[in-house]
This record gives sequence, structure tokens and C-alpha cells, in this order.
Amino acid sequence: MSILVGPETRLLVQGITGREGDFHTRQTLEFGTRVVAGVTPGKGGTRAVDGRVPVFDTVARAVAETGANTSAVYVPALFAPDAIAEAVAAGIPLVVCITEGIPTLEMLKIVPFVEQAGARLIGANCPGLTAPASRAKVGIIPGSIHRPGQVGVVSRSGTLTYEVVQALTDAGIGQSTCVGIGGDPITGTSFVDVLALFRDDPETEAVVLIGEIGGSAEEDAAAFAARELPDKPMVALIAGRTAPEGRRMGHAGAIISGGSGTAQAKVAAFEAAGVLVAETPSQIPELLATRGIRGR
Amino acid sequence: MKLQEHHARRLLAAQGLPIPPSRLAITADEVAEAAVSLMAEGAERVVIKAQVLVGGRGKAGGVRLAASAEEARAAGAAILGMSIKGITVRRVLVAPAARIVRELYLSAVIDRAARRILVMASAEGGVEIEEVARSRPDAILRAHAHPHLGLFDFQARRLALDLDLPNEQQRPFALIAKGLVATMLTDDCDLVEVNPLGLVEVPTADGARLELQCLDAKMTIDDSALARHPDLEALRDLDEEDPTDRAAREEGISYVRLDGTIGCIVNGAGLAMTTMDLIKRAGGEPANFLDIGGGARADRVEAALRLILADPGVEAVLVNIFGGITRGDEVAHGLIAARGAQARDVPMVVRIVGTNSDEAHRLLSDARFITAESLDEAAERAVAAARQPFGRAAALAGMRPRAPEASA
Repeated sequence: MSILVGPETRLLVQGITGREGDFHTRQTLEFGTRVVAGVTPGKGGTRAVDGRVPVFDTVARAVAETGANTSAVYVPALFAPDAIAEAVAAGIPLVVCITEGIPTLEMLKIVPFVEQAGARLIGANCPGLTAPASRAKVGIIPGSIHRPGQVGVVSRSGTLTYEVVQALTDAGIGQSTCVGIGGDPITGTSFVDVLALFRDDPETEAVVLIGEIGGSAEEDAAAFAARELPDKPMVALIAGRTAPEGRRMGHAGAIISGGSGTAQAKVAAFEAAGVLVAETPSQIPELLATRGIRGR
Repeated sequence: MKLQEHHARRLLAAQGLPIPPSRLAITADEVAEAAVSLMAEGAERVVIKAQVLVGGRGKAGGVRLAASAEEARAAGAAILGMSIKGITVRRVLVAPAARIVRELYLSAVIDRAARRILVMASAEGGVEIEEVARSRPDAILRAHAHPHLGLFDFQARRLALDLDLPNEQQRPFALIAKGLVATMLTDDCDLVEVNPLGLVEVPTADGARLELQCLDAKMTIDDSALARHPDLEALRDLDEEDPTDRAAREEGISYVRLDGTIGCIVNGAGLAMTTMDLIKRAGGEPANFLDIGGGARADRVEAALRLILADPGVEAVLVNIFGGITRGDEVAHGLIAARGAQARDVPMVVRIVGTNSDEAHRLLSDARFITAESLDEAAERAVAAARQPFGRAAALAGMRPRAPEASA
């Protein structure tokens, strides 16, 4: 078992005929994920990625004809909130938005809309998620870095997630599910949401959390872990220990101001919660080993 | 993107907020003229304020009072051209000096944890709100605004009551608080702040009456939303933007200059921060944060290297690319071309993982780059390279000295 995606995943790609959508759909198919449909308004009736995936004009049509139950959104930032809303309105329970650069106020508006519909949004500005054992990949995490296993990974970052997953795989430690929640100030799914899912997943025996400076999501995750995941070993890595205050470090979310959101405060919160804190990606497998999680 | 006070004042006034009249001046004579006209409209004194985006202009002497045209001219002459935290003052705002009875604080910000718009108010205005938040967190009142409906009247009334505003000021306060949220929604702000929101005495024929006035204005526009606000993008203060920051922005690169000696080029913000952390851990100091973004093309890699080498403090460069979308061989070609095009050369350590990385490492080794397999190794090599005089570092790494044709 895995969380959010798995053998039952039937993927729809919104923006499948765009450059990013086309490229990543190929990677997703190569990984072995079932991509059942694409949506590009005005291109319904055609087929994308060398004829391998049928394209529909609307998500509702795609769902009716293919039974799609998960959507990956690659459409440009100013149209992405509409794409998310369309997927949710068509009854898709899980929408993963890869698109970067959506205005914060648009996210503030779309997140409650998704929640009221009872759906889940991951992202935006996220790399997506992968369940290696069931070959289910939604998003842009490179398929080759994974190995099926028992460690759940949750991250606010993109390429840093790849770095950590590669380090785990190189050490023989496989992953149950890897989830990138995205680096924007406002995201559909939080660390705590994903930790709750890992808590309830019997296949996930340990958790690796990759956080960054800025905001209080890591502190919230630390408190949740102490309370709700006492039986699952956890290792955290915080990016930005050397970042100066008040400057934005690429991710809109990664800004520390007025002494809050610092790496030091986050490290302290995790240590107080009994979570091991790694200083480098390569230390993560060693720290997991001290809690009995070893490579195979 | 931060806006200058005079732009923020105009945008708040457009939402109906009570902003006292003001003039913008770029010479001491213009300051004097502005003072004369504001005094003719009834101002007893005027305040002259440096228009810079950096904080602490009051402490730096960038805000002065004047009671006559001559005093205003002198104040203008003193402020215009002065340097505040390295920024030369080119413009000043001239406004009536209010008779302030009370100074309040009011702002609208994005509350990330609650995923709402947060309105904050405090009876302790006129001072830095961060200081109030630290020393007396209870002195800050809060209300969440709806992303479509804005702030409700009842929420604004409750804030006004908790601020102990007189009855007749509660309605004006509510309009200001609601207007702040409306401004945020209209102009895609991350932050709208009025500090101080003044309760001021306005002279009348038979004495004086009290009025709430926004005496300062701070606005930050969400960078992701600027594409749909060309009018706001046009307000960007290019004079005040560091030339390197500007070059980075125009190339689509996230760059923050720091004080160290090891320049970094990384794809992805989180990985870039971790790369900096590892440099520090290996005993070095990062010279910058730099994220070339996803699908980094050769031209962007070249621009990144140009930015980094323009910093004279840089003694070595560490390139860390975790390929996924990014093709390693393309990055390698970009680096080789970029290095050849630079006036200055320093040791360069490169680590590329992912698509076509073997090919990338072969190309780079042939072109006298130091390559590394892991991030830990890359950080250590970069720190070692920064400590060696160039040439020796290359020799230690088994590289050939630079061939004359390589720089052609």
C-alpha cells in the first residue's frame, strides 16, 4: 500500500499538449503509470504523445470516458487555478499542480474551493508524488531515482527531494511514497496532512521530512509527529541554515523575517519532538539506520 | 516587489482611504514650492520624507519637519542626495505634518499557516511592529479576511472597539481596514501596511475635530502576480535595484549575493540552500544563493556564471545540478562556453546527476573543470579550491593548465 496514489491510479494530464505536459507524460508512461487521458481545450478528439493518450476538451468528458481519478496540472500559471477548479468540479479527488508562479491570492481562493468539494490539491509549484512499488508517478520526480520500500518522504522542495531520494536508494533504502507538497506560501496540502496519511499507512515504517526556512510548517509537523507518530522513526533535513534574514531564497516561501521561520528554530522543534535532524542529505540513511531502518 | 511610499499612497487613495495630500520633489526648490502650496492649503508645518525602499530612513535623518519655505528648502537639500544604507535619495515626499493625537498600526498580510488574509491592528503604532510582536504579542489584534468577500464590517467594528477608538471613529476605521483588504485583493499585494495610522487633530473654523489619516504606506506586490499588473510593474524603482539583482531578475535567475568566496550555481531553491549549507559545513563561505530554475538552458547557465564572476570576492565556483528536467550535457556545454567567455577565471567544481551525466562529466573533465560524484565531495573540493591560488588547485586536481585556445 502507499498513500494518495497506487495501483488504482488512473492519471489525467491537464495541459498534455504543451511542452512540459508532453515531456513529463512521456516520462510518466515510461515509469509504468497508467495515463488514461489528456485535456487541452480545443484539441479534443486528437491523441497526444505519439498517439498514446486520447485528448479531451474538458475534464468532465475525460472522466466520463476513461474513469480518470487523478489529475496532473501543467497549464501556465494564469490558467492553472481554472484547471484545478475544472478537475475538482468534474469529481477528481486528487489534483496535483506542478505549475510554478501562481499568484498567492489565486491560491487563497482556490484552496477553500477544493476543500469544500472534498477533494485534495497537492502543490502548486511542486514536483508531484510517486509510489514506486505500484509504478504510480504523478508529476516530475525522475522515476529512475526510486526504489520500492518502507520509507515515506515528504518535502517542500523539488530537486532537494531528488537528492534525498537518490541518497536513500543508493543506501538500499526504498520508499513507500514520496510527496512534494510545493514551495509556495500557500499550498493545498501541508506536511501535517501528509504525516497523517503516513501514520495510517501500514507500509510506511519511517518518515523523512525535508523542510526549508520560512513559515511555521516544520514546527507544526514536529508537534504533530511527537503526538501522532510515536512509533514511526522520523528524520528531518532543513535547507537554509546559512541563509541571511529577510532575503527571499528563490521559493516565495523561503524567507525568514524577524527571527521567525529560522532553520535553528525548526531544528530545535524537531529535536524536542524526538525527530532526528540530518545536516546533509547523505546523513539521512545513517540516521535511519540508528532507528533500525536499514538498506536491503 | 516593494513599492515606494508615494506609489503606495496613490494606490490606497484609489481605494478611498484617507491619505493627506502630498507632493513629490526632486530638488530643494521643488521642496520649498511644495511646502508653500501645502501651507497655503492650511498646513502649519510640513514633513519631508526620503523615498527609499530600505527601512530606517527616520533614524538615518531622512525624515524632517519644516515650518517655512526656507526650512523646507534646507531640509530638502539635506535629504536629497544623502545615502541611506547605500541607497542615494533621489526623491522626497512633502506632506502636511499632522497634529497626531494617537498612532495606531494597521496591516493586511498573507497568513501562510491559516491560508487566509490576516488583518493586524495595534494601539501601539509608529514603532516597528516586529518589536511589538516580540515584546507584547497581546498588543496585536487579529482578524482573518475572506479571499472573496474581504473583511466584514463586524470584524472591523470589533477591531475598532478593541483599539478603544472613540465611537465616531469606528465607522471611519472600519472603512480603512476594509479598504486595506480591498487594496490587497485589487493589486495582488503580499503586504499592505499603514504605520502609523494617525488619529489627528484637524483645525476647523470653531476649533478642531479628530480624523483618522494614513500617515505612511507600505506595499509589497506578489512577484508572481506582476505579469497581470503591467501598471504596477512599471512602478519598479530601477534606480534602487542593485544592478546585479536586476540582471538576475531579467535573466529569470533567483540570485542573492552574500559575503563568502564560493559562488554557487544550482537548479532548485531547496537544493541551492542545502549546497550553501554544505559549503559552510566543509569550512567555506558561500558567495551567493543562485537558482537557475528548471530546464536550465545554456544561455541561462552562462548568465549565471557572469553574475557570479562579477563578484570580485568569488575565488571558486561550485555547480550542482540534479538533472530531472535539466539535461546534464546541455549544462556542461553551457558551462564550457560560459567559462570561455569570461574575463576572469577561477577553479570550477561541477557535480551533475541525472540525464546524460556521464557525458557531461567527460566533456567537463576535458575542459579542465573539477568534477565530483557526490554533493559532499563537491562541497569539499570547492572549499579546497577556494583556498588554493588558482593554477595550483587545478594542478592538484590533475588538470592541465589552461590552453590558450580555450579562452578564444
